[in-house]
Amino acid sequence: MSERTVVRQVVVGMRQGLHARPADMLAREARKWQSRIELVAGSQRADGKSILEVLTLAAEAGTYVVIEATGPDADEAIDAIGGLFERNFDED
Amino acid sequence: MKFSDFVAADAIRSSVKARTKEGVIREMATALVEAGKIPAGDMEGIVKAIMKREDLGSTGIGRGVAVPHTKHPSVSRLVGTVAVSREGIDFESLDGEPVQLFFLLVSPPDRPGDHLRALENISRQLRDDSFCATLKAAPAATDIRHLLEEADSHGLVS
Repeated sequence: MSERTVVRQVVVGMRQGLHARPADMLAREARKWQSRIELVAGSQRADGKSILEVLTLAAEAGTYVVIEATGPDADEAIDAIGGLFERNFDED
Repeated sequence: MKFSDFVAADAIRSSVKARTKEGVIREMATALVEAGKIPAGDMEGIVKAIMKREDLGSTGIGRGVAVPHTKHPSVSRLVGTVAVSREGIDFESLDGEPVQLFFLLVSPPDRPGDHLRALENISRQLRDDSFCATLKAAPAATDIRHLLEEADSHGLVS
């Protein structure tokens, strides 16, 4: 079991920013994986499995977010979370 | 953003009577009408819009907290209120816990940034377990108001 960290930068594409509904989707997806998942936006860092923490990023449209996944399923986890951003959390 | 920037002090309710999701949303919207923050004629539309938003996915964000919200053209700036349910209400939250603490937000359609900053403030403050528990146990609306003021004055972000 490797403990490698995978990192990916994404951008918030939704006009409304990373608000409650996408934060909820993100936390639900993150909880499916064993890996630790953290999001970094500017100077803020949040546990991706906690909707409360994700909301503290207050990431508006256009904000760059770095996803960090650490654990045995880091690659799959980052693809899943990155995919949510790529398809704008199914909105707009 | 601070609580005092969007929470209508006169619309805070320390003990809601409602036992359902729609009931508590209606009670909070009524409190905003009574406080003069939203027009009475728009209340039904606002309640319906908030319920429609809930249908897309619960705004129960965990820790017994929910942030029902909507955008609505009847407000020119972000308005909100706080309510506590003694018994807790099933809100289909992420963590499955019943919700005792509600922050209801109505924002103008063109101000998504303000809405995000209000969510940020609520989430950041509620990471503090004792603040969360004290709010849920507040005996009266004035106690809730004082707790929010205290959180505002100790906050690092304005």
